[in-house]
Amino acid sequence: MKKTLEGSIAVAEAIKNCEPDVAACYPITPSTHIGEHLSEFFANGELKSYVNTEAEISSIAALIGASAAGGRAISVTSSQGLAYMHESLFCAAGMRLPMLIVVGNRSLSAPLSIWNDWQDSIAERDSGCMQFYAENNQEAVDLAIQAFKISEAVNLPAILGMDGFYLTHSVEPLDIPEITEVQKFLPKRVSAVKLDTKNPLTMGAYAFPQYYQGFRQDLHKDLLSAKTTIKNVHNEFAKQFGRKYGNGLIEEYNTKDAEYILISMGSAAGNAKDAADELRTAGEKVGVLRIRCYRPFPSEDIAKALDGKKGVGVFEKAYSMGAVPPVYADVSEAITNCKSRPQLSSFVGGLGGKDVTVDSLKILFGKLKKGVCKEWV
Amino acid sequence: MGLKGGLGARELGGLEHNYLLAPGHTACAGCPMPVIIRHVLDVLGKDTIVVNATSCSEIISSQYPRSAFKTPYIHSLFENTPAVATGVVRALRAMGNDHTQVVIIAGDGATYDIGFGAMSGAMERNEDIIYICYDNEAYMNTGVQRSSATPPLAKTTTSPVGSKIHGKVMPKKPIVEICAAHGIPYSASASIAYLPDFKAKLEKAKAMKGFRFIDVISPCVPGWGYDPAISIELSRLAVETGMWELFEIENGKRKDTFKPGQLKPVGLYLKPQKRFKHLSDAEIAGIQKGILERTKIPLLKS
Repeated sequence: MKKTLEGSIAVAEAIKNCEPDVAACYPITPSTHIGEHLSEFFANGELKSYVNTEAEISSIAALIGASAAGGRAISVTSSQGLAYMHESLFCAAGMRLPMLIVVGNRSLSAPLSIWNDWQDSIAERDSGCMQFYAENNQEAVDLAIQAFKISEAVNLPAILGMDGFYLTHSVEPLDIPEITEVQKFLPKRVSAVKLDTKNPLTMGAYAFPQYYQGFRQDLHKDLLSAKTTIKNVHNEFAKQFGRKYGNGLIEEYNTKDAEYILISMGSAAGNAKDAADELRTAGEKVGVLRIRCYRPFPSEDIAKALDGKKGVGVFEKAYSMGAVPPVYADVSEAITNCKSRPQLSSFVGGLGGKDVTVDSLKILFGKLKKGVCKEWV
Repeated sequence: MGLKGGLGARELGGLEHNYLLAPGHTACAGCPMPVIIRHVLDVLGKDTIVVNATSCSEIISSQYPRSAFKTPYIHSLFENTPAVATGVVRALRAMGNDHTQVVIIAGDGATYDIGFGAMSGAMERNEDIIYICYDNEAYMNTGVQRSSATPPLAKTTTSPVGSKIHGKVMPKKPIVEICAAHGIPYSASASIAYLPDFKAKLEKAKAMKGFRFIDVISPCVPGWGYDPAISIELSRLAVETGMWELFEIENGKRKDTFKPGQLKPVGLYLKPQKRFKHLSDAEIAGIQKGILERTKIPLLKS
């Protein structure tokens, strides 16, 4: 049944229907509404446990403990809050603990800005956590449900990025899967490895040099092989709920016959699709490739989609200061596997809420035709 | 149902150990911290999950692929232990387990300093956790740096004895009182030289719900610089000289659980330790004066 809801409330409802054992949150704009609604569900007896932590670093720690005990665990944060979780994200992934962290994507200080970009979650790309970016609020709802299932199947934490304000605060008609439907898709978590006094084990041991690197290499391999699970869970969801988002890792929009492609993530990809539609009407062969899963990075799917294209541009709301933009860097590596490599351009924009309009993205398609371009827009 | 401690059982006055902390850990000779942990687990028993902060206690017990803990055990980071324990206990309770004790083992660095925010949060929420701080009064695992548990004038590698500053300047945080001020049901201090007292406190804590805190003095052989044979003796002298008080604060009410009738001169405690070797007679007299004023117990007539 469709309800007209704010994105944050919709995601909170989806989380509630996933029946987490522990939710642990600390307020930060623009993701605060999600935590507020979770605490309201708790107050009404609809959520098993809600921890008002004294800082984000404790929210993630509570998730580590809850997940280690075999529970389903969720937190919500943004920006500095995610940065404050930084060391724990590496730890949670290294300890192979499933959990979901919903991030209302927001810029990082300084200067202080509460508005959207992806610098917060992209800065955690090396943590070993999976990262998904929703294009719209329906996808955020659906991804929350899928992310729990993926995370618990591969034993790795999942970060779900939803653009701050653009998604967290926008209101639209949404379908929230009913709890009985969610239960069929996402059964109770069963964990063979957990803190259990009937079967005691040690978690979080420290490793000498002869072991450490092996653990990290295994983590990388398992993150890569999670791609299959992500696709499978996405397909399973599509079958049950009738909503599909590309192949689960990437979404191709009018790319088959396109000569020029703009790559993006999150809500910016929606604008890119509108820009491409307008240009198509004018007879231009353009398309959009949306990266839905940023970690593990879908290099193979991207290389396949871009092979033989004339020009490709990456539009992203993040930068690696002193180097090149991170998504661009990953795509650059991916296209080395193309038989016929496209010319690759990089556009950085939308930082700290700088407006990304359909018209401004149409201009980027125009630039692709003129050759390689590296710009802040 | 504990295993008899073989040779140890008689020597230890007939005490039984369940050996939930197995022998074979790598603590320094003379370190009382594994003894503290062993007694904690003796009282709490098998239905206990240990949440450990990064510390000596972690390094000596859980070096992959071995573990000295026979209870479920989790270590993740340095500062987050109270929040990890929060997650563990909340998940257990959410999944219908209302009996398993969750116990934190952490050093003074994790407790007084880096993890204090997380502990304060867990205390304010009155999480159902027992917190044991083994207090060796400095960052021993990283090579003896001062913490806010380090007593005044003690020498550490970051409170050195210089020409202008003579060891640690600031006082030790009154952690037991600070915890009690959060309104938690139980906060206490202990020393393993007074084992029945320590175990009675553990039993009391075990029978309660909510956040329970015990700070246990834990002399450190390399950190304090003393003969490894006298760890228990120092744990006793700390109490007998008034440097370490044995008390508990239960629902806001303070009670001394052991109070010497007369105090031994503090020099007996300070002099065997290299961390106090630089102290002048005047400085020792100053410490003595402070103890007498604080405890209001007369000095033993020699």
